[in-house]
Amino acid sequence: MALAFKQETFRNDYKYSNSPSAIKRFPFPFAEDQYMYSVNIEPHVKGKQGTVCEFPFDVDEHYVAECLDKQITLDLDRGRYAVLPHMMDAQWDFVELTMEALSNDYPEHFSLKKDGLNWTWENKPLNIKQSFVFGDASTMPMDPFEFMSRQVQGDFVLLDQRDETLYADGGFVTSQADWSLAFNVGMSWREWHAPVPRATELGVMDRALKYLLNLQLGSPVRRLNWTMTVNPRLDTSPENYPLWGTERNTVNPENVADKVHLRVELQSLFRLPRSNAIVFSIRCYLMSLKELSSYPRWAKRLHRVQKTMHPDLIEYKGMTKFHPMMVEWLSKFDDGSAMDVGTQPE
Amino acid sequence: MSMIDIKVAAVEQVTPLVKHFTFVKQDGSPFPAFSGGSHVVVSMNVGGRVHRNPYSLMGSPVDTEAYHISVRKQEQSRGGSVFMHESVEVGTSLQITYPVNLFSLAKKAHKHILIAGGIGITPFMSQLVDLNRLNSNFELHYAFRSPEHGAFAAQLKAICNDKLHCYADSKNERIDLIDLLSKQPLGIHVYVCGPNPMVVAVIEAARNLGWPENHIHSEQFLSPGIGEPFKIQLAKSNIEVHVPAEMSMLEAIEAAGVDADYLCRGGVCGRCEVNVLESDGALLHHDHFLTDAEKASGKKIMPCVSRARCDRLVLDL
Ligand code: HEM
Ligand code: FES
Repeated sequence: MALAFKQETFRNDYKYSNSPSAIKRFPFPFAEDQYMYSVNIEPHVKGKQGTVCEFPFDVDEHYVAECLDKQITLDLDRGRYAVLPHMMDAQWDFVELTMEALSNDYPEHFSLKKDGLNWTWENKPLNIKQSFVFGDASTMPMDPFEFMSRQVQGDFVLLDQRDETLYADGGFVTSQADWSLAFNVGMSWREWHAPVPRATELGVMDRALKYLLNLQLGSPVRRLNWTMTVNPRLDTSPENYPLWGTERNTVNPENVADKVHLRVELQSLFRLPRSNAIVFSIRCYLMSLKELSSYPRWAKRLHRVQKTMHPDLIEYKGMTKFHPMMVEWLSKFDDGSAMDVGTQPE
Repeated sequence: MSMIDIKVAAVEQVTPLVKHFTFVKQDGSPFPAFSGGSHVVVSMNVGGRVHRNPYSLMGSPVDTEAYHISVRKQEQSRGGSVFMHESVEVGTSLQITYPVNLFSLAKKAHKHILIAGGIGITPFMSQLVDLNRLNSNFELHYAFRSPEHGAFAAQLKAICNDKLHCYADSKNERIDLIDLLSKQPLGIHVYVCGPNPMVVAVIEAARNLGWPENHIHSEQFLSPGIGEPFKIQLAKSNIEVHVPAEMSMLEAIEAAGVDADYLCRGGVCGRCEVNVLESDGALLHHDHFLTDAEKASGKKIMPCVSRARCDRLVLDL
């Protein structure tokens, strides 16, 4: 079935909303009443039809608007894209992975024709048609990694594996939850995770790394991460903090349900064939508290999770300013009765 | 674990002890590309027992039509290599894992020194293609028993030209490791694959010459140790499993119908790590994964290669 793409903005007037079906398929992350970091990594296997995990890369109603927003962010700051020279094989691996996935899973929107190394890619929603020689970067209008990163929702980091760890040696990052690509390029697993509170003490990071070093071709993995963002803004980068940080001060009890959004990152990791590198895909989903509350079970669960949130996490995730208002608003959905484990909306 | 169904498309006797097998996918579709130094684990049903042996992919990493492996017939084989030599022929169906690379090239190195002994040449065959494709600086030093055992020497000559240096034991030719490794400037990585004494010699020579640890790379597939039979108790499954002399602990656990995690089956990847809840004897650690302290603690074991000499061993499985 062909998707209907919406006209939306993720800045200034923030013209953004989720259709009822987008709300229903939202990857709500809280299965239990309390939240703490864990090694929540599982195989990225095919999910049920219509869910965000049905395909390796999910394309939804926000596709065209998000790709446009990527372009705006990148035009304003070229530093959101960077890749080190030894990652060229990984760039092509990424092209193959994403073109094959999108053309297989959404044939009405994307097509890939191969004649040996002569490939032709067509992206109908974005009106792009490109013939090129696979492996020959001079036949592409830009870096192959940049070319496809612009055409898939989410951020992408290319990781080189050496010395028993992973290095972020490339990235296309325009919708990050307050971390900086420029700061992280060339950094190792331990270095970029250093600011995360409590996780190191819990041993989460060491165990997750051990697991990822063994990541196998053909067996990708995924996890969910989350935060709360004021206004449906994709680009919440440290570089642009002055633009969005102050928006946290605009939340009041009247507008909290419209302004505060649950921001969920569906993070998936794929081993790449030629380079033995890994691509880390960070796909962002945004849903306002009001939209979320169309499923009272979710609002009730979120109330409990937020009410018992560790103070370090409230601070780290930047929720301090509006946290009490959010908990207060959500409390009306919580009758105090016990809830079963699970993330389902109803 | 995802497996690929393959059939054997060609078999070639390369030396008196080495056979080369060409695999194609059963459904005719292309294989994934892979990176130089990768291996696959081949599953074989030998008289009702499943053997899983790792073999380096030695074809070109960009050739997705076929995968190539070479198998040396092991004199004291536990069955896998003998099965490959005697029972596998054109048309045989087998299952393999996706390629795994535990011996990858350091992409940022200025130069690569590759040292191979005997059948240890196989992981380098695919690495050479990558090195040539990326225009990297390298040398290959290849030692074998005698010219008739120098599998692939002609093929290598074609790929490497004057970067290939051969050493035949029968002609008393030896690699002078100290000379080779002491002449190298910074930014060089050394890779070794071959019989254990050779691997140890290269690692020691490089260390003694002050090479940084992360510039020394080795790959040895430990063949799962043959040893004395013993018994284990699996606490969660609440069963007792007999581990016969010719089976690894992991194989015995699988044969008992218990799902155990694994990846390399060769004691390097860490995936099969299991907690030891109780034991009254010696754990025989054969892996390269646990630290010495972890091994000494007796609290962890890698069942893919390690064994035990005891009357009672309780695992958290
Ligand atoms: C390999 C790809 C990964 C990259 C490049 C990456 C990168 C990052 C970065 C840049 C941050 C922000 C740190 C900051 O505040 O400056 C972060 C946060 C975090 N990462 Fe990762 N990460 C990766 C995979 C994982 C995995 C597999 C886990 C699994 C446990 C994980 C767990 C976390 C957690 C718990 C946080 C804190 C997030 C929050 O509370 O909002 N990361 N990561
Ligand atoms: S399976 Fe890799 S260490 Fe045991």
